[in-house]
Amino acid sequence: MFPNLNNLPVYDTTGVNERVKRFCSRSIKKSSKVEGLKLAMSMIDLTTLEGKDTKGKVEQLCYKAMHPHDVLKDIPKVAAVCVYPSYVGVAKKALKGSNIQVASVATAFPSGQSNLEVKLNDTKFAVDQGADEIDMVISRGAFLAGDYQFVFDEIASIKEACGKAHLKVILETGELDTLDNVRKASEIAMYAGADFIKTSTGKIQPAATMQVTYVMLDAIKDFYLKTGKMIGMKPAGGISNSKLALQYLVMLNEVLGEKWMNKNYFRFGASSLLNDVLMQLVKAETGLYQSPNYFSKD
Amino acid sequence: MSRLDIHKTYKLYIGGKFPRTESGRYYAVKNKQGSLIANMCLASRKDFRNAVVIARKAQTSWGNASALNKGQILYRIAEMLESRKEQFIAELITQGEEAAKAKNEVDLAIDRLVYYAGWSDKYQQIFSAVNPVASSHFNFSNLEPVGVVAIVAPEEQSLLGLISMIAPAIVGGNSIIVLASESKPLTAISFAEVLNSSDVPAGVVNILTGKRAELTSQMASHMDVNTIVYCGKDAAVIKNINELASNNLKRTIFYKKNDWTSEESQSPYFIEKMQEVKTTWHPTEI
Repeated sequence: MFPNLNNLPVYDTTGVNERVKRFCSRSIKKSSKVEGLKLAMSMIDLTTLEGKDTKGKVEQLCYKAMHPHDVLKDIPKVAAVCVYPSYVGVAKKALKGSNIQVASVATAFPSGQSNLEVKLNDTKFAVDQGADEIDMVISRGAFLAGDYQFVFDEIASIKEACGKAHLKVILETGELDTLDNVRKASEIAMYAGADFIKTSTGKIQPAATMQVTYVMLDAIKDFYLKTGKMIGMKPAGGISNSKLALQYLVMLNEVLGEKWMNKNYFRFGASSLLNDVLMQLVKAETGLYQSPNYFSKD
Repeated sequence: MSRLDIHKTYKLYIGGKFPRTESGRYYAVKNKQGSLIANMCLASRKDFRNAVVIARKAQTSWGNASALNKGQILYRIAEMLESRKEQFIAELITQGEEAAKAKNEVDLAIDRLVYYAGWSDKYQQIFSAVNPVASSHFNFSNLEPVGVVAIVAPEEQSLLGLISMIAPAIVGGNSIIVLASESKPLTAISFAEVLNSSDVPAGVVNILTGKRAELTSQMASHMDVNTIVYCGKDAAVIKNINELASNNLKRTIFYKKNDWTSEESQSPYFIEKMQEVKTTWHPTEI
C-alpha cells in the first residue's frame, strides 16, 4: 500500500538539533556504561565493503566477529557480518554454527544505478549464496525527481526477491538533502515492506548523523502506532567510537523505548566501532587507557 | 579616556588548537606575593587521553618527515621565539623570576632550539653503526623514534626546562604530550602560540596545564604511550611511575636536576634516549 505523503510531519533543523543535543548529555558511567557497551557490541554489523576485499580479508573479519577478544569474559558476539554478494558464500562458511548472520549489500550498491532486472539478480544471487539479510539501496535519483511510486515499486520487488531474508533499505541520507526528504523516504521504504531502514552506504559523506537517525526513529514510531508493526533501524557509517554509540542508544531508548533495544530491531553498521568498544571494556576492567596495538585488526 | 586591559585566557594546546579543558575546571596561579596572576585550565585525564589519540595520529607523518624538514621547523620555532622575546621575559618576571635571570633563560631557550635544529640531520650518524658479525651478513643498526612520549616538564625554569624537553623529543620524530610546570605554567601556553605559528604539524606537540598529582599516574599507565619522562625528585612518584610503566613496558626517563642552564643540559644523548635501535641482518655473499 503506497503511503500518503501529504500529511507527514515537517522537521525543523534547529529543533531536531536541540533534541539531539539532549540525548548527548546523559551521564552513563561505570556498570551502566559497561552494560551499554556490551549491548552496542551485540548490535554491530561488522562490515567490509571495499573493492580490495579478498577471501582472506572476509575470513579474517568473520574470525574477528566470532572471537572479538578472547581474554574478556562475558562479552557478546556481533550481530552480523556485512559483505558484498561475492563473499556471502565465504562468510557463510566461516561463520557456520556461530549464530552470526550474514548480511549482503545488493541492488547495484552503492549507487543503485542499474535496471530492475540487474538489481533483482544481484539480490537473488546474494540470497542463493546464503545471505540472511539484504541491504538494498534506493534509487535516489528517482526519489529526488519526485518519482516516489518507482522507488516504492522497486523496494517491493526486491522484498519479494528476498524471500526469507530480512530486507534493510538504505536511504543514503547524505544525498537526500533535507530531513523532510528523509522522512518521506522512510515512509516509502516501510510501507513497501522494509524490515529495517538504514541511513547510509558509508560511501557518501555525511554518512549517519544523529539528526537523520532521529527523524527515521520518529518515522518508525509513527508507523508502529499506525500499523502495530515494529521496523528496525540501522545507522551506518561514521559511528566509530563508543561514546557516540552510547548516545545513539540513549536516543533509541527515549524515542522508541525498550522493545527496540536489541539486535533484532537496532544495528550499527560499522567496522572500527568494535575495537573502540573493546578498548573501553578493557579500560573498565583494568583501569588503564588502551592502545590499538593490543587488539586484533578488523 | 581610560581603557581596560585585555588579559589573555590561557587554555590547553591539543592537536594544533587551543581548547579549554573538557572538565571545565580551573586553578589559580599566584605570584610570590600571593596575588592572582592567571587562572589556568586544570586538565583532566580525559584531556590527556584525547591528546594521546591525536599525538598517535600525528606521529606517523612527523616521524617520516625528512631530517632537513624537522631541522628547519625547529629553527623556525627559534625564530618565532626570538621575535617575541620581550613578551616571554615579561611573563617569566610575572611568574617571579629576576629580570637578569629571565633574560638569560629566554636567550638560552632560543639557543637550545637552534642547537637541536642543528642535530636534526646528524644524530643518526653518531648513533647508527655497521656492526661486525661472524656470519655472512651485512649488519647495521639505526635509530627510530619511540613514538608517543608523555613528559612531566621541570617545575622550575618553566620555559627553558620545557624547551629542553620538547626539542630533543620532536627532533627525533616523536610526538609528545607535555604537562607544563604546575606553579609557573604561563610561558608554556605562550610557547604553544609560538609552536602554532612555526609549521609544527598539529598534534606533534600537545601541552597540558594542571596538577602533577592527578596526571602523572595516567601518563605512566596509558597503554598507547611509549615513553614517559619525569622531571622531579619525588622518590614515591618515581617508584609509582616505574610500576605503572611496566604494564606496557614503556621506557622511563627521570631527570632529577633543577638547573637547565648548564652546558650538560643539552646533548645528542637527550635525543638518543627517546629512540629505538633497529638492527638489520642483511644476507651477503661469502
